[in-house]
Amino acid sequence: MSATVIELYPRRSLAAGGSRVVRGILIALALGFVGLLLIAPLIAVFVEAFRKGWEVYAASIVEPDALAAIRLTLLTAAIAVPLNTFFGLAAAWAVTRFDFRGKSVLVTLIDLPFAVSPVISGLLFIQLFGARGWLGDWLRDQGLKVIFAPPGIILATLFITFPFVARELIAFMETQGREQEEAAVVLGANGWQTFFRVTLPNIKWGLLYGVILCNSRAMGEFGAVSVVSGHVRGETNTVPLHVEVLYNEYQLSSAFAVASLLTLLALGTLAARHFVERRTRGDRA
Amino acid sequence: MSIDVLRVTKNFGDFRAVDCASFKAQTGELVALLGPSGSGKTSLLRIIAGLEVPDSGTVHFHDDDVTFRATRERNVGFVFQHYALFRHMTVFENVAFGLRVRHVPRAQADERVRELLQLVQLRGYEKHYPGQLSGGQRQRVALARALAPDPKLLLLDEPFGSLDAKVRQELRAWLRRLHDEIHTTSVFVTHDQDEAFAVADRVVVLDRGRVQQVGSPQAIRRAPANDFVADFIGIQYAEKRS
Repeated sequence: MSATVIELYPRRSLAAGGSRVVRGILIALALGFVGLLLIAPLIAVFVEAFRKGWEVYAASIVEPDALAAIRLTLLTAAIAVPLNTFFGLAAAWAVTRFDFRGKSVLVTLIDLPFAVSPVISGLLFIQLFGARGWLGDWLRDQGLKVIFAPPGIILATLFITFPFVARELIAFMETQGREQEEAAVVLGANGWQTFFRVTLPNIKWGLLYGVILCNSRAMGEFGAVSVVSGHVRGETNTVPLHVEVLYNEYQLSSAFAVASLLTLLALGTLAARHFVERRTRGDRA
Repeated sequence: MSIDVLRVTKNFGDFRAVDCASFKAQTGELVALLGPSGSGKTSLLRIIAGLEVPDSGTVHFHDDDVTFRATRERNVGFVFQHYALFRHMTVFENVAFGLRVRHVPRAQADERVRELLQLVQLRGYEKHYPGQLSGGQRQRVALARALAPDPKLLLLDEPFGSLDAKVRQELRAWLRRLHDEIHTTSVFVTHDQDEAFAVADRVVVLDRGRVQQVGSPQAIRRAPANDFVADFIGIQYAEKRS
């Protein structure tokens, strides 16, 4: 017995030595790949943004058109995110707590905005609300402008970002089951009490996670918004659209300066996501 | 409070979970629903609680038809198989939940919670969270929480199902004593005939959704109504001996 054990040691360390080389190569490959494709562009954004100095950077951001774009982006997110949080909660609640006909169709439809290209989502809104669209005449008679105006941008963003909260919550609520809610109801809680005292505290991290993802997409969406916006400077440009306009006008430093704002948003989102992910893992365990 | 379950049937899709089941529980009685898994005992318990609505048949509390009454208006206590404690609340707030949602004055509610924690021997654990407790302790929190609003009926789903053998024995004896103390009509579900016979005043034996026999432990042991009952008890005896 003891002889076998002694014999095993050198073999095992040899095997470990071999895997150490393989492991080293794999880690180097992975890091190199991430560095080349993710880190380098990230650094490039900030290098370009500050190439002409802090003054040009600051000026690009406080310039009226840039400020208007930031305002529109914030407004869009401020409307789209709360609405989709509400719809997402309602959809997740319906799907995970009730059995009804057409449930699987609903779950599939929730993913639709992920499945279609954002450009097509944009065109779809033009077809609905545009001057020659189905509701175009009616909207003109009412004196309302949707396409090439902020309402269209907000609608397109709502559509694109709908799945984030709903999907995250459906997965989350399915793993949690109904038992705690049933316990609350047996104990005499009504619907509101059950929701606010039992359901919401249990799903809060999953909900926050969905909201973070929803917000980052709402602020960063380009394709669908680009189609419905019309690119009117200072009026219907969001931050991503403004970056494109600046870039097309060869104002590289300004384009990167504004882009750095979106990059910071992305980094902030990642950090928040990391934090919330750790909390949800703790909650699920 | 007495319960009268009359010809209750419940289907889940093509599966008939409960098939024309009837039984009664007298006021203050401790009744066991005994049967193998899939025999419909949990479904029957959930129908009594109002968590499921039967396809046909009725449930009466005393002379009151509650078949379609909302769960929250039935004033029953329910102990779930996996306890279903609120993980984000302390032991104290778990037990207080049924009083808080009924807007019982705080001082009165707090007094009642302390009394119950005394009863289930968990004084000193008020500020703990369910995740910090052992299985047996969680079970007792679940029981205290169910008893807090002073239910007229206590329902327990496999109350000792997920506990190890030793804790199980202790809790079993303790539940019997507790029942003798508080005299709330109680129905519990179990697949273990030892447990049913040791604790219950009356046992309802179920198989494939149908009631096979209702009687005292002695009566069932003396004269099993049919082959299934004889077999079910017999097999379990054989298992225990080997």
